[in-house]
Amino acid sequence: MAINDQNIKDLNAIRKLIKQHKKNDSIFAGVGLFVIATLAVALLVLFLDLVIDGYPKMNLDFFSNFPSRKAEGAGILSAWVGSSLVLIVTFFVAVPMGVTAGIYLEEYAKKGWFADLIEINVANLAGVPSIIYGLLALGLFVYEFGLGQSILTAGLTLSLLMLPIVIVSTREAIRAIPVHIREAAYAVGATKWQVTLHHVLQYAMGGVLTGIIIGMARAIGETAPVITIGALTFIAFLPPSPVTDVVPFINFAWLDAGFTVLPIQMFNWISRPEHAFHINAAATGAVIIILTLLMNGIAIKLRYNIRKKIKW
Amino acid sequence: MVKKQEIIKAESKEFNFHYADGTHALKDINIPLYEKRITALIGPSGCGKSTFLRSFNRMHDLYPGNKYAGEIILYPDNTNILDKKVDPIEVRMRISMVFQKPNPFPKSIYENVAYGLRVRGENNKRLLDDKVEEALKGASLWNEVKDRLQDLAYNLSGGQQQRLCIARALATDPEIMLFDEPTSALDPIATVNIEELMSELKKKLTILIVTHNMQQAARISDYTAYMYLGKMIEFDETDIIFTNPSKKETEDYITGKFG
Repeated sequence: MAINDQNIKDLNAIRKLIKQHKKNDSIFAGVGLFVIATLAVALLVLFLDLVIDGYPKMNLDFFSNFPSRKAEGAGILSAWVGSSLVLIVTFFVAVPMGVTAGIYLEEYAKKGWFADLIEINVANLAGVPSIIYGLLALGLFVYEFGLGQSILTAGLTLSLLMLPIVIVSTREAIRAIPVHIREAAYAVGATKWQVTLHHVLQYAMGGVLTGIIIGMARAIGETAPVITIGALTFIAFLPPSPVTDVVPFINFAWLDAGFTVLPIQMFNWISRPEHAFHINAAATGAVIIILTLLMNGIAIKLRYNIRKKIKW
Repeated sequence: MVKKQEIIKAESKEFNFHYADGTHALKDINIPLYEKRITALIGPSGCGKSTFLRSFNRMHDLYPGNKYAGEIILYPDNTNILDKKVDPIEVRMRISMVFQKPNPFPKSIYENVAYGLRVRGENNKRLLDDKVEEALKGASLWNEVKDRLQDLAYNLSGGQQQRLCIARALATDPEIMLFDEPTSALDPIATVNIEELMSELKKKLTILIVTHNMQQAARISDYTAYMYLGKMIEFDETDIIFTNPSKKETEDYITGKFG
């Protein structure tokens, strides 16, 4: 067909339209970039501020000294040991329970209004203010079970906080497994448990691990529930070591010990009037942020590695 | 209607199927599957042929609320595989399945083939090795993958993946193999490979295949059933169905006047 004026006119109209639509593209790209940049800058400023303020304290002594009345010699030894031990308890309670609950809800539980109710509740639990968990733990673990203001109590409390995150991420990871992979496993005669163990759990592992680490990163920074159950704010001794030199080489006395954690130590220092303590607080804050970023980084790397091996 | 002397391997009798939402998907289906023959199910989309095929390994049991009625009898032991007392896992151990889209596990080629034996508790390395090799040879894939059995299955091409799925289904020595449109996601060359493979497989076992492709049914099957709206319209030898069907509806469908 010969090109006539009519065709050229149409073409120009189309080109104009495309240009206009492309303008919307660049507008959104601009707005998006601005928002992201604002967030990134805010985070960076916050972090740099802490690092600059706390820089004078950023040395090995800071990690190996107990807190002290003199700001210069004070360190976070008892706080980071406390945080680590509490996180160990949290991990060993929240992970098996959360993953099991997630698998049960997704694979085994009968679908219906009751399952929906549980689902909504679990999702909501992830958003409950952490101090509420602290109050629950104070009533239940400290007074009712008589576990005291111990590492065990703190670990259990933080695992309550972490459980919904683990459950939700486990369920989401399981839901991402395509139906045709499941059916393939069932079709060769696998039982539900075999399908769960050999397939569902393995393919969901990336998402599950991400949930676990993000939950742990949240737990490490939690202050309110740990204060509520009565963590100490000034502590100049370490709990008994979990590892001993006599058979069976581990002991559980540390579970019962008093403790403090990093955010409480930071809180304690910031409420002192002397400026020197504020430097300590800033340094502690920087340590917490670095730990959190590190854990999130590990989560991303793990997920990437696992996803690389799994395709459907 | 069937003149040849054939052994019946399985038979559906007054079979009805209801989905959980109440849809009456299959109505009074009666057909035999003859031993070491290929039976093809043809019909327009939504006629229930896949639903029927998936009843043979109780796949519908995975989703709550689906209901079977009537019988599918497996011979020679006269087991009604729809019976509530018969465990669907037992059925799936006797009747294996190949799906429409190749669906290998995100595991190694070896583990894909060995999986059916593993769920049966087989852990003997020598025996597994032998079975994997035998199944891969049976699926004419051995020569292409023998040097890279530990590679991940998704590195294979689509046609190879489908043959891997056939090997997986074959490794457990099934009595019947179900194929649910096994070539609809494959290119013509891979399709020819799979078709040749099925003709080879029927020397050892009974095959039921759903296909959208009438030429495919005509090429490879011994018997053909034409289904429409959940009913079995006509079942006969493939030659008869395609050259001299007794029902007007069948003729309309195979000549392309309808569907």
